[in-house]
Amino acid sequence: MIDKRVGSLADAVAGISDGATVLVGGFGDSGVPVELVHALLDQGARDLTVVTNNAGAGESDVAALIRERRVRRIVCSYPRSMGSIWFEELWRAGEIGLELVPQGTLSERMRAAGAGLGGFFTPTGADTLLAEGKEVRTIGGRPHVFEHPLPGDVALVKAHRADRWGNLVYRKAARNYGPTMATAATLTVVQVEEFVELGDLDPETVVTPGIFVDRVVQVAA
Amino acid sequence: MIDPLSDVAVARRVARDIPDGAYVNLGIGMPILVGDVVGPDKEIVYHSENGILGMGPAPAPGEEDRELINAGKQPVTLLPGGSYFHHTDAFVMMRGGHIDISVLGAFQVSEGGDLANWITDVATMPPAVGGAMDLAVGARRVLVMTTHTTRDGRPKLLPRCTYPLTAAGVVDRVYTDLAVLDVGPGGFVVREMAPGLTRAELQSVTAARLTFADDVVELDPH
Repeated sequence: MIDKRVGSLADAVAGISDGATVLVGGFGDSGVPVELVHALLDQGARDLTVVTNNAGAGESDVAALIRERRVRRIVCSYPRSMGSIWFEELWRAGEIGLELVPQGTLSERMRAAGAGLGGFFTPTGADTLLAEGKEVRTIGGRPHVFEHPLPGDVALVKAHRADRWGNLVYRKAARNYGPTMATAATLTVVQVEEFVELGDLDPETVVTPGIFVDRVVQVAA
Repeated sequence: MIDPLSDVAVARRVARDIPDGAYVNLGIGMPILVGDVVGPDKEIVYHSENGILGMGPAPAPGEEDRELINAGKQPVTLLPGGSYFHHTDAFVMMRGGHIDISVLGAFQVSEGGDLANWITDVATMPPAVGGAMDLAVGARRVLVMTTHTTRDGRPKLLPRCTYPLTAAGVVDRVYTDLAVLDVGPGGFVVREMAPGLTRAELQSVTAARLTFADDVVELDPH
């Protein structure tokens, strides 16, 4: 019998090791797996590479991981949101590494990892600072930059509902990076607001099929 | 006497160039104003790179949903017919040329259509790019909406950008508080000008060399 549900947030993040690359869903405040990130904080893994759109804000989730010096390096597209004080402070002090990636490239690099591809050529970033040191090829008369796949050891994702096979539906724009990240990690951990019985999710509207999911934990909405 | 248009008047001018039925992405900042002034006679589908098509205006106070925000992280609504999708698809739409019009702000635009709108100072603040580079390379038509000069009066339309580029050779048309200019093979071509402005005055606040269309039109200041 397949049952990917786990009973606690601690079980959900068990085994994440020091030095892991962790993909964290969310865009701004929406779709951030806040409780899973706090469980990771409690779990203690350090020296992490975190891949996420923003660099956290205030004192919550990714910002808290950064504040506690648990993140060695962040890979993101927009680390300068309102309230990204911890990232900015550590960045200025040279205590955290930053790999800046255009947003569409960030997502597509994870998609490539999940799809088993060796990378891709994109026009995004050609002739800019972010293409420095990368292979450039002219395709259709236009320069394209080669981008490598970006796999994670772990993905932390927030969805709305799941069944015990790990099939997922999301809520509104909280979906953002979730479906892509779920495909790109060795261990995909999902927090949901509600568990439903197998068969209760309309198969026509399942967004992430359970094959991409390893653990699901319920968190009160 | 240089009498610049208000931001809303520039937004109204941009809106006139957005056809009924267009799929449009409005950049953060000044471009957002365009959505407020497009007339109800047009059905425009707004795209947000965090996974929304058919984005509607801000919700009534108390109706905000943190899981329904735009790219600027402000609460929005979804119109009937709207849809949600994941980030990769949002950028498939953008990079893949499925978005008709992208309206972007700018720090600088060059006469070759290069755009600089993501960073001015790499030393003291961490660099942040977001979707700017994807928005600039992917849309079928890239419109820039900006003030003609910086706050301290320095030209933004230049022979070459001095700030790091967002993308090279992508800008089709620029709308400023003084003029509407196309980016042609020979550089900026002035199509429309603010009322009372002379060609010499416009050139004096523009670092790139301007050419003027045969039929330069006066901009509506309202």
